[in-house]
Amino acid sequence: MNYQNHIIRLEEITKVYHLGEIDISVLKGVSCTIEKGEHVAIMGPSGSGKTTMLNIIGCLDTMSSGKYFFENNDISYFDDDALSEIRNRKIGFIFQSYNLIPQLTVLENIEMPLFYQHFDEAKTREKAIELARMVGLEDRLKHRPSELSGGQQQRVAIARALMNDPVLILADEPTGNLDSVSGKEIMDLLCSLNEKGTTLIVVTHDANIARYSRRILRMLDGKISNEN
Amino acid sequence: MKINLTHLLRIIRYGWKNIWLYKLRSLLTVLGIVFGVASVIAMLAIGEGASYEARKMIESLGSNNIIIKSLKPPSDAKTQQPSNLGVYGLTDRDLRKLKTIPSVVQIIPAWEMQEDVWYYDKNISAKVVGTLPEYKDVMNLSIKTGRYFDDVELQKSEPVAIIGSTVRTSLFPVEDPIGKTIKIKSSYFRIIGIAGEKIFAGASESFMAEDTNIAVYIPLTTTKLFFGEYEVKKTTGGAGSWERNWVQYHRFILQISGTDKILVSASLVNDILNQTHKKQDYQIIVPLELLRQAERTKRIFNIVLGSIAAISLIVGGIGIMNIMLAVVTERTREIGIRRAVGAKKRDIINQFLTETVILSGSGGIIGIVLGILIPRIVTKFAGMTTLITPWSILLSFTISVAIGITFGLYPARKAANLDPIQALRYE
Repeated sequence: MNYQNHIIRLEEITKVYHLGEIDISVLKGVSCTIEKGEHVAIMGPSGSGKTTMLNIIGCLDTMSSGKYFFENNDISYFDDDALSEIRNRKIGFIFQSYNLIPQLTVLENIEMPLFYQHFDEAKTREKAIELARMVGLEDRLKHRPSELSGGQQQRVAIARALMNDPVLILADEPTGNLDSVSGKEIMDLLCSLNEKGTTLIVVTHDANIARYSRRILRMLDGKISNEN
Repeated sequence: MKINLTHLLRIIRYGWKNIWLYKLRSLLTVLGIVFGVASVIAMLAIGEGASYEARKMIESLGSNNIIIKSLKPPSDAKTQQPSNLGVYGLTDRDLRKLKTIPSVVQIIPAWEMQEDVWYYDKNISAKVVGTLPEYKDVMNLSIKTGRYFDDVELQKSEPVAIIGSTVRTSLFPVEDPIGKTIKIKSSYFRIIGIAGEKIFAGASESFMAEDTNIAVYIPLTTTKLFFGEYEVKKTTGGAGSWERNWVQYHRFILQISGTDKILVSASLVNDILNQTHKKQDYQIIVPLELLRQAERTKRIFNIVLGSIAAISLIVGGIGIMNIMLAVVTERTREIGIRRAVGAKKRDIINQFLTETVILSGSGGIIGIVLGILIPRIVTKFAGMTTLITPWSILLSFTISVAIGITFGLYPARKAANLDPIQALRYE
């Protein structure tokens, strides 16, 4: 097997939440590999564990057991700082509810990832403006998120996710709060990024969105039930 | 930990922006610190001013001096008759005896009376002091114009006088007083000098200092010649009740050869006077001792003040912590977002700690401004001397920043330890 092209390799990942006396098993042994440059959709009903899996892939959540290789590094035992570093330098997140910081301007929201890299301020600004132009928001730089439409806010979030030149973009229901026109725009934007070589993983329960990708992982009760 | 100054400045700028976004809330949050700091500076300034005044007053007595005052002894019931001749106080014999103490450099005796001083139709009630030429040096009396009287004038009992500045302004508002003649009782005196103004405010009575501004200085021999040694006063009883006192000297000023010998000399003086004075008709004032007492009082005052200030600053700090905990809860989702894009726990701590320190620090600055203004108002309306010391400003600012760090650490750590996933889901 050629590991060189693997960006993600999951081996028997489990996740158990402890809620008082009760243990809730959300992931029950998930194994899969994702190659560089792939576009993968993760589908499944709510409660199937697809968001938890995305969070573990994105180093936001930790697994209970199993092994996770990210770019062929075993990160199962990475500490909080090291995981933050990976999120900061390798991964871009896009959420259903945009998750922009309300008191910051569009520009400041986009700049945030490089702020935590202690990147040069002027160059950060330059790059943020460039990305804002790419997502078509160069005339909204000083606006606050609440002054934008849903589609515009999601485009700000995409610009933010691209700020650190990620190798991996994780999108959790990116079009869930959008109308079909805005949703299509967002998906077109994400697909164009994928075409430039960025690995893209989209979690969705919308078959129309999943159709954009070449590979669909279907999840049920904490396991991958079907792959096509 | 790598310290990156430009990054720190950015954190400060963002923190300040956040605080500025909620101006009113931020102001209310730091009110405790503002008043804490303001009260520290204001109270210290008032305390420092009072002790400065006391120190000045005591120093005007001469810290190398011992002062003995004649004191009318408490009269017992049978001697309390009208026209009773009261004989008390310091005498020539005391003077001779005290001169035998080796540590005493010189003794300046003074005779005094409170009397109206006249210049044509103008008059002022002043303290008339008969003394020696050396009095000027021992009491640090400055002469603004003219001169003090000399030994020749003392020997010849010349009718010359030096007047204080208040006497001058009320008797000679426009004229030059030098060479003019003033009248005291039925005698006339030629003015040869004017004493420089000394600033006294309040408290002069309590430290036994004389107000040199409302005094007239005359050679001792002259007062003896013109006024004798009797003092006749109308008592508070009805018409016709008079009181006559015979006092040779009202005051001795003993100049001591060294500061270290003052306390020993004072007890020696007490022993000597005790032998001949059956009644307690004198009082020994040791300015140095008063000075030390004032220092002690000030120290106690500072401790009391410090505890009050500490309590109010702690209360202010708790207020800040309370609000910061609420802010952390309110901004839970923001913390989740920041963590998702790669902020480390340390970054979150830095962010919230910086905001708290900016809050308390600016509260401190507002407090300093207020603390500088309050003493000015007190000076203006209550006429008290106040003295703002630079160290009190530095101290209170440092404390306000320290409070920001102390009370900001817990909320900041709480923010950093939030689970990113939970924080992102927070509504």
